[in-house]
Amino acid sequence: MVGKKRILVVCGTAIATAAVVAKAIEEVLDKRGISTTIRQCKSSEVLSLAQDADLIVTTTPVATDHGKPIIQTLAFITGIGKQAVIEELVRTLSS
Amino acid sequence: MSLSNYLNESTISLNLDAETSTEVIRHLGEKLFDAGFVKDSFIEAAITRESTFPTGLSLNGDINVAIPHTDVIHVQQSGMAMAILTKPVIFQNMEDPSEAVSVGIVFLMALDQPHAQIEMLQEIAEVLQDQTILQRLMKVKDIQDVIKAFVEIRK
Repeated sequence: MVGKKRILVVCGTAIATAAVVAKAIEEVLDKRGISTTIRQCKSSEVLSLAQDADLIVTTTPVATDHGKPIIQTLAFITGIGKQAVIEELVRTLSS
Repeated sequence: MSLSNYLNESTISLNLDAETSTEVIRHLGEKLFDAGFVKDSFIEAAITRESTFPTGLSLNGDINVAIPHTDVIHVQQSGMAMAILTKPVIFQNMEDPSEAVSVGIVFLMALDQPHAQIEMLQEIAEVLQDQTILQRLMKVKDIQDVIKAFVEIRK
């Protein structure tokens, strides 16, 4: 567990929900001692950017399997199930 | 900047009676256009975007919300329009576009830079997570009450 974890945050247009999610993830993981490099993208860009990521977090369905762990969640927007998602993030990045 | 800075009287619609999500987006888009926030291409772009990437959010309570928006090229200046609906309108769920969400409040967001307006977005998220505020918004009598409700969130 050395170095920064690279997270790709995805939404439909990469301007709204991804921004909120990216900021929230950065803060919660920092509190858990995990430092991150977060990049935001549109769902149409995932294919070209997934290879440089340790984890993909998305608010909108991403159909293709990119061979990377993927977490689809609106918890950082709606607040529903947030704690469970934080635990899942930590677990995925620590494994 | 807080939500109350992005909203103004001309972009808030109380008691909007609409049948479809497209109708709501068109109505609010016209308000944003008339107030100079967006280009004339915005409305169609937001409607198209909604059909590809829906923005209905199923929340933890009786009131659900939708947050339509579209690419920055259609925006002049960042702003927001908001509608409180007289009866729920169906939007598709962002998380699962095959699922319908019955929406009571719509925030149409004009975002002029990618990854910016983070405070506005975070504050919308804060509102979404608070059914007490949503309930209060559903009951407001005039536009000043809406602005007052948002100002109070910041305190």
